[in-house]
Amino acid sequence: MASIRELGTDQKNYWCPGCGNFGLLNGVKRAIVRLGLRRDQVTAVTGIGCHGKTTNYLAVNGFHVIHGRVLPVATAIKLANKEQTVIGFAGDGDAFGIGMGHFPHAARRNPNITLVVHNNLIYGLTTGQTSPTTKLGHVTKTSPRGAFEEAINPISTALASNAGFVARGYVGEMDHLVDLMEEALRFRGFALVDILQPCVAWNRINTYDFYNKRVYKLGESGHDPTDLTAAYERAEEWSERIPIGVFYKVERPTYGDNFPVLAGEPMVRKKLDSGKVAKLISEFA
Amino acid sequence: MSEKQTLMGMNGDESVAYATKQVNPDVVAAYPITPQTIIVEKLSEYVADGEVDYEYVAVESEHSALSNCVGASAAGARAFTATAANGLALMWEITFIASGLRLPIVMAIVNRSLGGPINIHNDHSDSMGARDSGWIQIHCENSQEVYDASITAWRMAEHPDVLLPIMVCLDGFTLSHTMENVLTLPDKVVSDFVGEREFITVKGHMGETELRLNPDVPLTFGPVDLQDYYFEHKLHQIDAMKQALKVIPEVDAEYAKISGRSYDLLHPYRMEDAEVAVLGLGSTMGTVKYTVDQLRDEGVKAGLVKMRVFRPFPSSDLVDALKDIPAVGVLDKSLSLGAPGGPLFEETMATLYHLPKKPLIANYIHGLGGRDTGPQLIRGVFESLLEIKDKGEIGDPMNYVGARP
Repeated sequence: MASIRELGTDQKNYWCPGCGNFGLLNGVKRAIVRLGLRRDQVTAVTGIGCHGKTTNYLAVNGFHVIHGRVLPVATAIKLANKEQTVIGFAGDGDAFGIGMGHFPHAARRNPNITLVVHNNLIYGLTTGQTSPTTKLGHVTKTSPRGAFEEAINPISTALASNAGFVARGYVGEMDHLVDLMEEALRFRGFALVDILQPCVAWNRINTYDFYNKRVYKLGESGHDPTDLTAAYERAEEWSERIPIGVFYKVERPTYGDNFPVLAGEPMVRKKLDSGKVAKLISEFA
Repeated sequence: MSEKQTLMGMNGDESVAYATKQVNPDVVAAYPITPQTIIVEKLSEYVADGEVDYEYVAVESEHSALSNCVGASAAGARAFTATAANGLALMWEITFIASGLRLPIVMAIVNRSLGGPINIHNDHSDSMGARDSGWIQIHCENSQEVYDASITAWRMAEHPDVLLPIMVCLDGFTLSHTMENVLTLPDKVVSDFVGEREFITVKGHMGETELRLNPDVPLTFGPVDLQDYYFEHKLHQIDAMKQALKVIPEVDAEYAKISGRSYDLLHPYRMEDAEVAVLGLGSTMGTVKYTVDQLRDEGVKAGLVKMRVFRPFPSSDLVDALKDIPAVGVLDKSLSLGAPGGPLFEETMATLYHLPKKPLIANYIHGLGGRDTGPQLIRGVFESLLEIKDKGEIGDPMNYVGARP
């Protein structure tokens, strides 16, 4: 079982002081420790953006992939070795911009993986352009008169895509975030944890102050996470009060459950039966 | 008589953006990627400041950026975008659509090495990967060339005999983020020079019409083209590339009249009596020039040939430049893994193969992933070439300079 210390690496950290990524990384480590997992039992997949360095700083199996392709790679790793706890990390640009094509399909396909979105509502690494989650009117380098395209709502998008576990965390509420991460990792199926994470360098609107004044916990508000309609209603809240916690949680068969070839041992340990293959080939000879 | 010009301090990215502002195209598709991001940011500022009236579309990926340009260009607009490395790789599918549909889009490529492993620094693996995609490629040595090419590219691309998209290539960071003095023309001179986009006339569903989408005279862009005509349409593209070899110098000559700066497909330097010469692309050629001057002072008969236009490949100019040189070194800043040599080396070899008497030619792969290529390294290349010349033979033509053994 890994300790917090063992989950760290000796790599120099290049995130800006105060970046929400620090809390997020710490929250993930704490959740892994709580689950009692060894380092070799966890695989992290990261995309392109500031979050991508997570695979440099988290001492588990890691794969830093190209822009937008966290979900296909994470899904395939899980299919190849279902004993791994697979966590995909992506920024709001990676997940909901260039990689958006994969998101609804991963949700409806329902592989048993968790997607953690470092959602700072801006392109951070490329220094402050409009991202798909940037709110209307927000002035950025590519929207000097204010963003005029409607923002993607990760929560309602996930609900509409039939995701089984849909949650939002905030790095300013660490204990709550660790609980959420743990619950997501324990969930059997595709789990989205969209994490509000201030970008201290490039987003001067959605700051710690902004969120501290607005966030409230769904768990303390009488929300029923099996009620899809209620989940949609909560997902629309933003300007005055911003809900964090589990919006929706309903288990259904995972991708592996419906795929006979994935039953039993993980694919990586299955032997290829050359006798059977030869017989199959001879049928077409 | 050249026009009065203003000296500005700009890096390569800003030079692209400033020239593009002066051209004032109709549509700019923007998606950030290092080291290109400065270009689309500046183009965004110009919109905000009301200095231009192009449509600025902040798209969700590079695939969408070039698709956006394809749609705009088919509708008759002047469309511009910029990218680098994996961004160009993601566009790959659409690069062939743009050229195959004969859409004169202009795209700045801020050359960056193609992952993996992930690297944001300069080499030519991105644009070399697109060398067969049917785009004209202009490689710039400095920001002045970047500025000038970002203006002339429109006229070359849109020429009725050409109608091909163009990549204006500049080395990431070395040019894109390094400030230089750049002479710029007045806005009016640039807009007069680029003029309006020309259209050829084609046969549409309802008779003759200009080659662009127009609801009054409908056309279909990009329909299925199978065994019946696809081959002939590819021959048209081959012909367009041949035509571009004539058109590019014509546009350059016209531009020289207003700017006082003339360009060639291929630029030879101190080649008259050269015994050893280096051929290459992009910013490295500035360092080669510096080294050639030093070597000449020391009595070494060294020269260089800078290839400015890589597509279409200026074969006959290359033969003229190199045919009498005893030993030639080809600098490649990219790999063609598993191939006999780097892309520029292979094409040079193929071009000179038919000559009865040809130079000894060696390949020097350098600068991968942003590895610095300093004058000492280039001096080493010339020393190696002198040895080849003296011996009269080459052992292994492949050299990886500046890499750990």
